[in-house]
Amino acid sequence: MSKILMKGNEAIGEGAIRAGCRHFFGYPITPQSELPHYLAKRMPEIGGVFLQAESEVSAINMVYGAAGAGMRVMTSSSSPGLSLMQEGISYLVGAELPCVIVNIMRGGPGLGNIAPAQSDYFQSTKGGGHGDYKLITLAPESVQEIIDLMAKAFDLGDQYRTPVMLLGDGILGQMMEPVELGEIQEVKQAAKPWAATGMRGRGKPNIINSLYIDPEDCENINKKLFAKYAQIAAKEQMWEEYQLEGAEIVLTAYGTAARICKSAVDKARAKGIKAGLIRPITLWPFPGSVIARAAETAKCFLTVEMSMGQMVEDVRLAVNGTCPVYFYGRTGGVVPLVSDVLAEIEKLVDGGDRE
Amino acid sequence: MMKKVFTRPKALTDKPFHYCPGCTHGIIHRLVAEVIDELGVADNTVGVCPVGCSVFAYNYFNVDMFQASHGRAPAVATGIKRSLPDRVVFTYQGDGDLASIGTAEIIHAAARSEKFTTIFVNNAVYGMTGGQMAPTTLLGQKTTTTPKGRDKEQAGFPVKVAEMLSTLDGAAYVARVSVHNPTHVNKAKKAIKKAFEVQISGQGFALVEVLSTCPTNWGMPPNEALKWLEENMIPYYPLGIYKEPAEVK
Amino acid sequence: MARVTFREERCKGCELCIAVCPEKIIVLAEHINAMGFHPATVVEQEKCKGCAMCARMCPDVVIEVEREVAEA
Repeated sequence: MSKILMKGNEAIGEGAIRAGCRHFFGYPITPQSELPHYLAKRMPEIGGVFLQAESEVSAINMVYGAAGAGMRVMTSSSSPGLSLMQEGISYLVGAELPCVIVNIMRGGPGLGNIAPAQSDYFQSTKGGGHGDYKLITLAPESVQEIIDLMAKAFDLGDQYRTPVMLLGDGILGQMMEPVELGEIQEVKQAAKPWAATGMRGRGKPNIINSLYIDPEDCENINKKLFAKYAQIAAKEQMWEEYQLEGAEIVLTAYGTAARICKSAVDKARAKGIKAGLIRPITLWPFPGSVIARAAETAKCFLTVEMSMGQMVEDVRLAVNGTCPVYFYGRTGGVVPLVSDVLAEIEKLVDGGDRE
Repeated sequence: MMKKVFTRPKALTDKPFHYCPGCTHGIIHRLVAEVIDELGVADNTVGVCPVGCSVFAYNYFNVDMFQASHGRAPAVATGIKRSLPDRVVFTYQGDGDLASIGTAEIIHAAARSEKFTTIFVNNAVYGMTGGQMAPTTLLGQKTTTTPKGRDKEQAGFPVKVAEMLSTLDGAAYVARVSVHNPTHVNKAKKAIKKAFEVQISGQGFALVEVLSTCPTNWGMPPNEALKWLEENMIPYYPLGIYKEPAEVK
Repeated sequence: MARVTFREERCKGCELCIAVCPEKIIVLAEHINAMGFHPATVVEQEKCKGCAMCARMCPDVVIEVEREVAEA
């Protein structure tokens, strides 16, 4: 198969279509706009639905309607838009509806800017909206990985009846890379006997609902969700190990920051510094097991993010005091340079006299 | 031979309503269910209920139902109808839900001429949360957040939803009805039926605003509330068909 | 000949039926039901014309109306 050049945002759209998604509801925001542009053209070609909503609030509620009707459905936005969607996401979780939500992160807080950032890690992985819940959060680092992860995102959503977040940043969304798309294949989708589609002879109404007025019922729903989360955490952790063999300084980073770290690790290795990288692909469930394992032999960790330090908290929980965990980050849309990361690595050589 | 001339519609479950004594939500539920029965679409219908007093409506309609977040029922209904265009989809929303927090959703659903039906229950007050001022509370009307009566200087003017939505080209059918006596209950049912037929024939968005009572939060016995509706609400919210498809006139 | 029946256990005693009955044959019962309301009930059933005004106004759908109809 030949490769074609695609932008990250477009790859999200094509990946979704190849995963059997035929419904998209969204509201314009930079830097994810190429995705709705792509789907506005592509969805009608394949008999799908593209609809520009009046707001992100409406878009996520249209997703709730389509997901409850049994469709593979997606929305996308960027940081401020995701803030607006949080109530809807909480309802989707409460009603156990699968869908895929894309966040192409930009600088914040507030209106921030339209430059790439990773400062919505907490919002994505720790719940984000009201109530006790987690979101499966996938963080690709390349256009090809976007294509591969879109199918995974829809499958995980359906399997566990949960919303799934695809978390990228403006660089990933805008960059063009060659991708292998493969043939469009018939997607095998699980039956959704719970969907509210009109009874059609079922004899008993299906109800899509997240209201549990009796506190004990509500507690039981929370317990049910967390039993599901325990399963997901046990089975679905994904990560990439890069130059981890014999690494004394273990970097952790995801998405665009991980690509920068890979170059820094190469440069460090060329200088004889034993550096390696663990790149979480699922941010939740967080791949804490591999980090705990690496901590047994590492001298220290260095977490690099395009934020003031969010994932680093999960790294520290996983390392659990076994060795020091340092942090380097740039934020507000500023992207760390390879040379900056290399300089941080060099500070940690021989046990690290960093401060 | 004795024949049943009035009985519970099949599109209602047997669950007793949780509404306060004399609250006309129950009448409106029944009318919607009767229309679903008469059109023979119960097996093909999906309803969306709001946040507010009718939050539990999913327990009462014997059809597939969604519970939507506050004000967003028209967006949810849009998602359903765009996914399943051959189903009959309706939303059932109160005045706080539709005319306050959900104004963007209802306006744009109407503007896009989404092919679903909205039953909008206007009782001029927030019921579930304790009788606060609604967007439709009349000037001078006392509520728990307008203890001296709604003052236009402080709280502005009531929202006339039927009039507002009928200005949109996408709204195919818009009517305002009342349920304060049996004659008007019959008229309300006719309008609701028409609103479902407009959807089923693919003519576009249809909304029926139903003037309703809230004896509990208005602080009066149910029959007095019906009289209050007639004397105070109807003059401000005139009844009638505000918009209908040309070909059915 | 007509008959009106009330599901008394579900009646909330709101009196909307009483006000609209043209024959004035509906009253609130002396007793209270399980919900604590005096339920509506019919006295002088034989006066009922089966107009169903009461049922049309009942917010709790507790009323059923039967009427004598000519055999088809």
